[in-house]
Amino acid sequence: MIEVQELTKRYGDKTAVDGLTFTVKPGIVTGFLGPNGAGKSTTMRMILGLDRPTSGTATVNGRPFADHPDPLYQAGALLDAKAVHTGRSAYHHLLALAATTGVPSARVNEVIDLVGLRQVARKRVGGFSLGMGQRLGIASALLADPQIVILDEPTNGLDPEGVLWIRNLMRDLAARGRTVFVSSHLMSEMALTAEHLIVIGKGRLIADVSMNEFIDQAARDSVRVRSPHTSQLRSLVSGPDVTTLSAEPGVLEITGRPAAEIGEIAARAGITLHELTTVRPSLEEAFMELTKDTVEYHATLTGATR
Amino acid sequence: MSTLAPAPAHALVPHRRVTPARVVRSEWIKFWSLRSTITTLAVAVALLVGVGLIAASVYTGQASTNPGQNGATDPVSASLTGMTFAQLAFGALGVLFMSGEYGTGQIRSTLSAVPKRLPVLWAKIAVFAGVVFTISLAAAAITFTAGQALIGDAGASWGDTGVIRAVIGTAVVLTGSGILGIALGALLRSTPAAITALFGVLFLLTGVVELLLPDSWSNVLQYLPSNVTSAITAVTHASGSLTPAAGLAVFLGYLAAVTGGAAWRLKRSDV
Repeated sequence: MIEVQELTKRYGDKTAVDGLTFTVKPGIVTGFLGPNGAGKSTTMRMILGLDRPTSGTATVNGRPFADHPDPLYQAGALLDAKAVHTGRSAYHHLLALAATTGVPSARVNEVIDLVGLRQVARKRVGGFSLGMGQRLGIASALLADPQIVILDEPTNGLDPEGVLWIRNLMRDLAARGRTVFVSSHLMSEMALTAEHLIVIGKGRLIADVSMNEFIDQAARDSVRVRSPHTSQLRSLVSGPDVTTLSAEPGVLEITGRPAAEIGEIAARAGITLHELTTVRPSLEEAFMELTKDTVEYHATLTGATR
Repeated sequence: MSTLAPAPAHALVPHRRVTPARVVRSEWIKFWSLRSTITTLAVAVALLVGVGLIAASVYTGQASTNPGQNGATDPVSASLTGMTFAQLAFGALGVLFMSGEYGTGQIRSTLSAVPKRLPVLWAKIAVFAGVVFTISLAAAAITFTAGQALIGDAGASWGDTGVIRAVIGTAVVLTGSGILGIALGALLRSTPAAITALFGVLFLLTGVVELLLPDSWSNVLQYLPSNVTSAITAVTHASGSLTPAAGLAVFLGYLAAVTGGAAWRLKRSDV
């Protein structure tokens, strides 16, 4: 369990994290979502006591992380794939971490096998690819088989097989009652693993909802209509809360009226319809819809995804 | 790399606390698992012994001139001349041991494992002091013994007054210089900045102050780092310098002050 209360971090006059309050529960994967620069990494570093909050508190299993006598058993983290001395081997890096809290060297070999680094474990980390560094970071996070696993953008630099493996690993950890807190700037990635979402933008909390609620809340369904008489239909369905877009000739995207209602209107006017489909917004669209109010980030988002 | 194991079976991991001894063990592993450690230690020993033996062999020619009046012309300090050079190497090793953590990002892994932070600094100092004191004491003893053999009849022996103190003092100064490097590394968090600061303090400061200081203030000079370290290792007490005991006290005072600053920064600052 991670509890964050009114957490704020300012660097000079820039506010990176602004009054965040949320709880991350055990037994599920909680996605921590936000555009680049939204304050995700800073929040994670504050949870682990690496950065000092300007105000507010963050606790891990009921206490500030640093107050635990056995921190690595409480929470393991992948914060930065490159948080490793480049001159040391992966094995010795893990062995040194393990030694701080009496984790046996057999467990070091076990996590090395788990992340698939056996062949390169004795090589210097300086020669590792981003993906290998990421695997080593995940090995460090899992070293003491902690209650809480915090992963900052874990799929960065991983090949598709590695991405799949991470997803399964996170689900498995959650199934074993662990608290799994994983950040990403990609909604599509979260959709496949997270049951709960915490969305931030500009350091502020935007949403703290289950995945399903998030989709419902974030964007309304639209209806795609294909008809030879779109201009006539367009004026008939118009109303105060209705928006109509025409992406291509003969096709309307109508938001604000359910498909049944549109069908009725068309039938009454004798308009032929070739297609009448309710369109659920994609998660990516829902995410953009939700964060578009922070104008600055809307621009960033469209730039990044289009 | 190509095959990935399935998600972890419930591994048997005993639940143990972080203790000072475990942090020391961790730092011991870190210290010896870098190739640069071995290289730098070898260079340091080579400098201490090599320069000492060269100075000792040159000394034989000057042995008759006024011994005892000047530090450079007594046979004990001649054989230990390499200390200044070895200080550079051990100092750099100390800096790297700490600042390497910041340069590479390792510090975030380290402090995630030991979030109370200060045990890391104490453990680094303990590991470093243990290793470097042992090695430099052995090297100083060897260079003294071999140096006196080169000097021959004019040489000192282990039984002479102040010899044991000078040899141990050399190891103390070398170890202390390295600890100063660790502290500066933690304080400045940058290898170039810490190495520059270390060399500036150990070697350049005295010369600069000597140039700038008015004559009436000249008794300040004996408290400057390079004069303090000379006082600790001197066999013969020169006028205008501290006694070995006072020198040691001042040296430890400097170390405590810089280490205190390092501890404060480590505890307070974001990483």
